[in-house]
Amino acid sequence: MTAAQLRLAGLGAIVLLAFFPAILSPFSITLLNFIGIYALAVLGLVLLTGIGGMLSFGQAAFVGIAAYATAWVTVKQGYSPWLGLALALVLTAAIAAILGGVTLRLGGHFLSLSTIAWGLAIYFLFGNLPMLGQFNGISDIPPISIAGFSLAASQRIYYLIWIILIVALVLAANLLGSRQGRAIRALRGGRIMVESLGIDPFRIKLVTFVLAALLSALSGWLYAHMSRFVSPAPFDVNVGILYLLMAMVGGMGHLSGAVLGATIVTLLRNSIQDYLPKIAFSASGQVEVVVFAVLFILLLQRARGGLAPFALRYLPRVQPTPPKLVGALDHRRQPDRGTPILAVSEATRRFGGLVAVNSVSFEVEAGEILGLIGPNGAGKTTMFNLITGALPLDQGRIAFLGRDITHLPQRLIARAGIARTFQHVKLRPHMTLLDTVLLGTYGRTSSGFLGGALLLDRAEEHRAEAEAMRQLQRVGLADRAFDLAGNLPLGNQRLLEIARALAADPALLVLDEPAAGLRTAEKAELTRLLQALRAEGLTILLVEHDMDFVMGLVDRTVVMDFGSKLCEGAPDAVRADPRVQEAYLGGVV
Amino acid sequence: MTGEIAAILAVDGIASGAIYLLIGLGLVLIFAVTRVIFVPFGDIAAFTALSLASLETGTRPGTVALVAGLAVLATLIECTALVRAGALSRLPRALLFYLVLPLLPAAAVWLVAGMALSMPVRIALSLALVLPIAPLLDRIVFRPIADASVLLLLTVAVALHFALSGMGLLFFGPEGVRTKPLVDAVFEVAGLIVNAQTLLIVVAAVVFSGLLFLVFEYTLLGKALRATAINRTGARLVGIRPATTGTIAYLLASLLAGISGVLIAPVTTIFYDSGFLIGLKAFVGAIIAGMTSYPGTALGSLLVGLLESYSSFWSSAYKEVVVFGILIPVLLWRSLSMAATDDEETEE
Repeated sequence: MTAAQLRLAGLGAIVLLAFFPAILSPFSITLLNFIGIYALAVLGLVLLTGIGGMLSFGQAAFVGIAAYATAWVTVKQGYSPWLGLALALVLTAAIAAILGGVTLRLGGHFLSLSTIAWGLAIYFLFGNLPMLGQFNGISDIPPISIAGFSLAASQRIYYLIWIILIVALVLAANLLGSRQGRAIRALRGGRIMVESLGIDPFRIKLVTFVLAALLSALSGWLYAHMSRFVSPAPFDVNVGILYLLMAMVGGMGHLSGAVLGATIVTLLRNSIQDYLPKIAFSASGQVEVVVFAVLFILLLQRARGGLAPFALRYLPRVQPTPPKLVGALDHRRQPDRGTPILAVSEATRRFGGLVAVNSVSFEVEAGEILGLIGPNGAGKTTMFNLITGALPLDQGRIAFLGRDITHLPQRLIARAGIARTFQHVKLRPHMTLLDTVLLGTYGRTSSGFLGGALLLDRAEEHRAEAEAMRQLQRVGLADRAFDLAGNLPLGNQRLLEIARALAADPALLVLDEPAAGLRTAEKAELTRLLQALRAEGLTILLVEHDMDFVMGLVDRTVVMDFGSKLCEGAPDAVRADPRVQEAYLGGVV
Repeated sequence: MTGEIAAILAVDGIASGAIYLLIGLGLVLIFAVTRVIFVPFGDIAAFTALSLASLETGTRPGTVALVAGLAVLATLIECTALVRAGALSRLPRALLFYLVLPLLPAAAVWLVAGMALSMPVRIALSLALVLPIAPLLDRIVFRPIADASVLLLLTVAVALHFALSGMGLLFFGPEGVRTKPLVDAVFEVAGLIVNAQTLLIVVAAVVFSGLLFLVFEYTLLGKALRATAINRTGARLVGIRPATTGTIAYLLASLLAGISGVLIAPVTTIFYDSGFLIGLKAFVGAIIAGMTSYPGTALGSLLVGLLESYSSFWSSAYKEVVVFGILIPVLLWRSLSMAATDDEETEE
């Protein structure tokens, strides 16, 4: 199936949706309206939780803030619903920015627990504020009207709801395919890798959080003007859980899961409300809660992926077309060969009483491959983390390209031109190879969230894709560009990490044990690749255990032992040094 | 506000803080050992209070049916798992732990409910009755997904709370209860009238947190729990079964929840769903301490209790808003003061 055919099918579905009010009963249309309104809020939740990895129980509170904002503007102040929409969006975004600002730097469960807490706080606030009608709510909310055409009838607001939902789905899909969207998709699984690519995870999280809140706000605005009445109950924490259930049922990892989940849960609720009173007449409301909660637990135990993956399996797959190698991103001018580019002076790092790195100094010159070696526990990886900013220094100074980077955060060090790989490969297994390498170009590109959602970033995106493809070709993985990173064997994953680092166009490439776990042929291939990179003028610093690999490759080595620098020099000289032999062999020789 | 009112409010606040402390300690304990943020904790406390009230009025508590149902379900799950694994020899043991032991107190309560019982017997029965709830829920709900991420476990815990409080209405009905005071005396301390019940709450909180400290510090069991909390794989390597330490943590926590339920029952009207708010306030206390430190949780719980007490004096309608609102400055302070934690999570 081609992309054009897929677009045609989507268009057909939209035409069908447009004819629904003519063929379906008014009750079915009301149900569809609820589905659309829920799907909007759930779409935000899918972006936030399923794709961005931030779990929120409080989306119902954002829906409520918007619903009450527009109810207050239209009923208490007598203004138009459109002004209500403006206030709903501004207020929700502002509150989300404040709440996100204080919780998103902390560990994941802090955010989630506080979403429960503020969900409850806002519920009680709605229920107690006299200006919001306390627990009685606000009634007689006017319908939305567009140029004098009233959308009071459910067949009319149906069109507005579903147009907003479809536009939101398209924009969200565009966003996820763009530069910032890739950063959102990379959030799950820890921040070290994300920061090493020059991405600010806090900012990405905050924007995603506000975006999800804005989708909830749209949902709340539509809800208030459709049901013409707001009270605290529909915005309680258990409704927040219902949204989560919808997202889980539909499939957290897919945008389409939002619509799928909202549809299934709404229909299920509707039929449960029909049948439950026949089984348990007295407390059917509570039985409904129990049934849904148990269902939810079973789903989480048995089928975490939700239904979207199953449904997508039966849909025809769109064959991706490899990007054309046209255009390129700007390259940096590499510093002249032989000039010092990295200067570490008297770097010290302690962990409690242990001095892991003790006043180590060395320099890296442009165009060379420097090997940092030493026996186990010598402090090599700590040194590595100090250079890349993953750990702060206790004492000492690190300068890169003549600039002091000692106290810079990791992502700014990455932006300055140091790209790294990881000892334990850090990839996002569900991203394709191409997307993985495209992540590397983050620091060299500039399009924002809005540009990505509106497809204004295409020219830059094509150049970035061409760049990523070139790096994949360079490491020999271009023919697998659309495979998932998690499906590669370890050796290829290491190469993929190098391609990702190269896509950042670094002046210094730092590799943490790149040969670990590689077979002999793979090591030879890696050696050839690194030699080719050196020939192009790239400077490489590598931490390595494998002596044969290091000695055949590097220009100079720095030897560390017990946190201190033992010596440095050409490989042969170092190998002959009795201190090095003693450190490695314990002085037996 | 006069000095006297301030002092009365302070005493009130310390008493509710002590309750939050007991619950908060249980929450931190379970979180540390199993990584589960056990949201239904407050529900267990509320169920204890409701059971105690039923026994007081001579009716059969709904908890009996709840525990029996959970025990049967857990036994079925455990036995199916054992049969599938071919470990038939472990069946009797499973039956003993998942069916007989939980059903014993339930059967006892079923038999004696309606008789005139003395207060200590009622309390002991209520505690014994709720004790198996958390471990059984662990077996049914959390054990099958023990290796899932913290966030997934949290989602399950929240859903479990809604299932439990829904069942609470079915088993206990919508009426609120308040039990007779445990002790009926009034003291005067420095011109301030202090209810003996309040004093009892504070003393109980201090005694039980002290006991918990002794268990953790000086017994092999406590060390095993701490080892599991620090490193599950490492604990396994030295012969500690995380599933077993998890069960023990849940038992201890169930006991703490039961005790706080008994203590709070005479001072507050408890409904089937009161547990959620109590539990969440304890969470606020635990979050203030970063969900890891026991002494910090104590201070945090005390702060929450005092805050609640004073804000209910100013405006009782907004006291929940104030208590949950305090989280925002607390989290801001934590996120600015805490060095960025390296919370690397594996992707599912």
